Amino acid sequence: MFSVLLERGSDGQTYLWWLLSGLGWTLALAFFGWWISFLIGIVVGTLRTVRNRPLAVFARLYVEVFRNIPVLVQMFLWYFVLPELLPVEIGTWIKQLAPPWGSFVPALVCLSFYTAARIAEQVRAGLEALPRGQAEAAAALGLSAGRTYRLVLLPQALRLIIPSLTSEVMGIYKNTSVALTIGLLELTAEARSISEETFKTFQAFGVATIIYLILALLAYQLMSWLDRALRIPGTTAPQTKGMRRLAWLRQERASP
Amino acid sequence: MNALDFSVIVDNLPYLWKGLQFSLLLTVVGFSVGIVLGTGLAIVQHLEVPIAAKLARLYVALMRSVPLILVLFWFFLLVPIAIGAITNAGRPVPIGGNWTAFITFSLFESAYYSEIIRVGLRSVSKGQYEAAQALSLSTFQVYRLVVLPQVFWIASPIILNQTIILFQDTSLVYVLSLTDLVGAASKLAQLNGRLVETYLTVAVIYLGICSAAAQLVAILRRRSQVLVSR
Repeated sequence: MFSVLLERGSDGQTYLWWLLSGLGWTLALAFFGWWISFLIGIVVGTLRTVRNRPLAVFARLYVEVFRNIPVLVQMFLWYFVLPELLPVEIGTWIKQLAPPWGSFVPALVCLSFYTAARIAEQVRAGLEALPRGQAEAAAALGLSAGRTYRLVLLPQALRLIIPSLTSEVMGIYKNTSVALTIGLLELTAEARSISEETFKTFQAFGVATIIYLILALLAYQLMSWLDRALRIPGTTAPQTKGMRRLAWLRQERASP
Repeated sequence: MNALDFSVIVDNLPYLWKGLQFSLLLTVVGFSVGIVLGTGLAIVQHLEVPIAAKLARLYVALMRSVPLILVLFWFFLLVPIAIGAITNAGRPVPIGGNWTAFITFSLFESAYYSEIIRVGLRSVSKGQYEAAQALSLSTFQVYRLVVLPQVFWIASPIILNQTIILFQDTSLVYVLSLTDLVGAASKLAQLNGRLVETYLTVAVIYLGICSAAAQLVAILRRRSQVLVSR
């Protein structure tokens, strides 16, 4: 059924190789994009809850802008628009990046910033779900604001939101396909090329779909394992009002 | 960099508006059909109808695991074939990109809506179902008159949130060269070479619409919270 994979394409490589190379770019984009957006998301999400007004406003603006513009449009902004707005030398340098990197880097930046806005909201929800006593107790122990977040609040909040982060992991790996619009030959793009070259559309898209399904399953298993391993004992039953809201959010986000 | 010149955009606003109208229409269709189908999928799972519940679960899991762009490619291939088979035409019946987009978004979004409603159905307390049954309402009436109104109200912020994402996702029909807002913009940009101004305008339009809708989500969240936090 999938014998087309063993045929050789216009560049002399087998179509299987095309798909694997596409898979490589998809995974690279999702993996690095995830860690960058996780870092930015934690910082911005924390800033959303601090008392310093300019910082909180900045974080709010960040989330508003990056969450309310479609990924595709953000992709175009990084790829087409940014090089034009920068000084000519830098813009030209960006435009002349060698083929995969010329679209990989903008795609990576785009997905990282977009996903970070979504993660930031989850981090904020996690921080707000913690009982007030946690911050107060930390203050009573004489911890500075920075150490309160680093040592007391964030470790708990991050463990609480692992289930809702699952959907963000799934989100970034599915959104990698949008990078094909700026010419990155990731998995979906490779499947399309194979279908265009061989007209065996069913086989090409079929294999790509199966690969996506397996990846989704792996990501989901990994996250539920993480959740079980890191869950704070005694937090399965929602306690405060914030936690109840979080539980709702968590159920809503959890994939089947 | 050249100076920004938005006059080209102003001259072509009617064209962008046409594109935006298609995006909005696609959102409305995807929402309306998606929520009806999604409710059906959720109830089938909630009632644990034999076989159908398993199929519904499989369908939802499948749709939620695959990128929308790939689903769009699939449907553009499959829908004409399916319609050909249903109407006994003996060959694929091309129905045009716009119609295929309507069908794709309706079916794709129904999977996402069904998850929201399924969780909502679980959050309604058991006493509600029991009381409705005690009043000798039929299963259909229990859902329509008692349970679903509560679910839709509690889940309204999440449903609206999903609809904002749906609206943003309609931009992906760009990959099929349809003329939604992004499609219109890219065609415009190719004609006049004003990429920067065109895409910035489009970004601002999306930002405005989605931020406004997000404010509404916040209001709904506060209102529906009253019911949840009894």
